[in-house]
Amino acid sequence: MARKLMKGNEAIAAAAINAGCRHFFGYPITPQNEIPEYMSRELPKVGGVYLQAESEVAAINMVYGAAGAGARVLTSSSSPGISLMQEGISYIAGAELPCVLVNIMRAGPGLGGVQPAQADYFQATRGGGHGDYHVVVLAPANLQEAADLTQLAFDLADKYRNPVMVLADGMIGQLMEPVELSPYHPAAGLPPKDWATTGTAQSGGRRRIINSLYLYPDQLEQHIRAIFAKYAEIERTEVRYELHQCDDAEVVIVAYGTTSRIARSAIEKCRRLGLRVGLLRPITLYPFPFAAFPPVIERAKMFLVVEMSMGQMLDDVKIAVAGRKPISFYGRTGGIVPTPEEVVKQVQALLGGPGA
Amino acid sequence: MTEARIIVAGFGGQGILMIGKLLAHAGMMEGKQVTWLPSYGPEMRGGTANCNVIISDDLIGAPIVSEATCVIAMNLPSLDRFESSVQAGGWLLLNSSLIPRSPARHDVQTLAIPVNELAQQQGSQRVANVVMLGVYLAVSQAVQKASLIAAIEDVLGPGKRHLLEINLRALDAGIAFATKVQV
Repeated sequence: MARKLMKGNEAIAAAAINAGCRHFFGYPITPQNEIPEYMSRELPKVGGVYLQAESEVAAINMVYGAAGAGARVLTSSSSPGISLMQEGISYIAGAELPCVLVNIMRAGPGLGGVQPAQADYFQATRGGGHGDYHVVVLAPANLQEAADLTQLAFDLADKYRNPVMVLADGMIGQLMEPVELSPYHPAAGLPPKDWATTGTAQSGGRRRIINSLYLYPDQLEQHIRAIFAKYAEIERTEVRYELHQCDDAEVVIVAYGTTSRIARSAIEKCRRLGLRVGLLRPITLYPFPFAAFPPVIERAKMFLVVEMSMGQMLDDVKIAVAGRKPISFYGRTGGIVPTPEEVVKQVQALLGGPGA
Repeated sequence: MTEARIIVAGFGGQGILMIGKLLAHAGMMEGKQVTWLPSYGPEMRGGTANCNVIISDDLIGAPIVSEATCVIAMNLPSLDRFESSVQAGGWLLLNSSLIPRSPARHDVQTLAIPVNELAQQQGSQRVANVVMLGVYLAVSQAVQKASLIAAIEDVLGPGKRHLLEINLRALDAGIAFATKVQV
């Protein structure tokens, strides 16, 4: 397939259908509405189901149901809507079911605003709902990656029987870039869905039960430990990140998604001024790429974390750097996207004057 | 590295986003890196529209244009807001059919084009945006005319094929205007 100019939201939706997603449940909210719009138009054409639920709470529970029946299922929303879904996400993680969630972040807290933000990092990476669990979090920085990671999300969800979230923001959602969707092949070795509740005719007469209720603490502890054994494997094998010009960098910027693009432009300007700056870009936010840091810590003088929030990923960078080098933070919030020039000024201040 | 960074602004209905989409589309067909970013939310709801387009030989970082190589202002509020965003030596293209004032900047190249009248001469004010696109093409050569025509054909599709001719005339009118004034 040739490169096609698409909006980020459309690219995510098209990639989901390409990856075999046939069920979508959601409720409208800016700035992700092109996802349900695309799904409502395209899913019926491939024999799929699009349903606009009466609320986000209803939508996530429909996702729970479809996932339990073994379907590849997607929901998408934006920050306040994702907050409403947290109870259901916790149930889905507890019941060990695969599904894909898309959060096209806007500014919070509360209803906040509709402009881009990255202030849902804690919610996304720490679980978000109640209980001991994680969702796998993938953070695209461009639209080709948004499409590719959406397809990967379905494979990871099926592989680990766990919700996977594609975490982007209003800028990625509204942006247009060329995207190429290649023919999709599921990852090798995905386990059969021999747990799906599809009727006893297919299970040889045996009942299959999907549940997240364990009233005996010893059973529940065992269940949670089994889930965390999967997380240990995910942390070992699914970490993704990108290093850009880190080899000789004195200042290493850590940024993901939209802010990593701004950092990239800032780095280009810095390099022209003779300032040695690089970028460490986490692609998976959970699992966070802690393993990428040690060699970078050796060479860098300091780190600069840039986010569209008051500092959330900053906590993970502090854990990763473990006090071995100084860390500074630059954040804009409330829907403000920082400019490359602002980031250059931060770097100049850190290195002591222009072209220091 | 060559990079065109364009801000197109006006009110809703003037085909602002379409100017940007056609440029991005044409750039993509030439194998370049392109981004198109629209305004959304409260601004859009106030009736104004703008978009940022970058066409580059290299990977594009920030898709928000802060130092534009060209600002296209289709109405007065757009000139007021984006005049300061043109980099020194860059282009400021004004729709003089709707903008009564001259720009305050003297370190940029300015062209005032009565695009509504030029479009009307081609048969409809609705192609004013394509006239402006022709002007931009002539002054910038950011993309080739053939790719822009292919992009217009693509966007119109078979359903609106009958509108191709007037759009091509509008494009030529813009190119002719810019060529005449510049010579």
